[in-house]
Amino acid sequence: MTREKDEDVPKRQAMRAQIDENLKRVYTSALNEELPERFRELLSQLKAREAAKDGGKDGGRS
Amino acid sequence: MTGGTDVPEDPRDRLAGAIPRLRAFAISLARDVTQADDLVQDTILKAWSNMDKFDPRTNLDAWLFTILRNTFYSALRKTRREVQDTDGVHAAALSEKPAHDSRLAFKDFQRAFDMLSPEHREVLILVGASGFSCEEAAEMMGVAIGTVKSRASRARKRLAEILHLAEGEGLFSGTDGPTQAVVLRAASGAR
Repeated sequence: MTREKDEDVPKRQAMRAQIDENLKRVYTSALNEELPERFRELLSQLKAREAAKDGGKDGGRS
Repeated sequence: MTGGTDVPEDPRDRLAGAIPRLRAFAISLARDVTQADDLVQDTILKAWSNMDKFDPRTNLDAWLFTILRNTFYSALRKTRREVQDTDGVHAAALSEKPAHDSRLAFKDFQRAFDMLSPEHREVLILVGASGFSCEEAAEMMGVAIGTVKSRASRARKRLAEILHLAEGEGLFSGTDGPTQAVVLRAASGAR
């Protein structure tokens, strides 16, 4: 491991703080994207299928 | 309530609430909204049919993120060559607000972030942005904690290098003079 100069330490800390701040922004901006409808639809389809299966168990197939 | 069951709720009911975070991780990893949405869809389907394998005492987000990243990497292994030359295009699909308050222009940062390997983007998002510990990230990535730490450090270094490159190479040709000056000052840490 090479010894780093003292003057490099604040530089690196500043860089690191900025990188972390921007990383949070990358994630937050993705988090703020509007959710497409397809996921809600997918979940309700899956739920409906599950309910149909359970109904089949309880009442038998007709 | 006197039921006293250990698992009062079906973890499936928590899926809807986890989707925004899952999708944010997918977008950060894939840098392409269409691909990210396909990944989220595949992940929901896999999670739904494998929910019996989920331990409800553990973190649902971490479990879902793991499924998503495994799906992403197995697809990536198949199409690694195709994926190589798509950098830069993806981020444009993301809406963003103007960055008045940030010293390092966010757009430049995003472009640099896009140039990282998916492995570097992943580790930085997991430990740097979405609040997972190195231990949790190690488990999700299937590597040792030391690997997470060294990979995160290399990824930060690589990002810094890319941002430094803006200086001489004219890599970010869209950057105007004053912004570039800010980027350079930020990159060199001058006060």
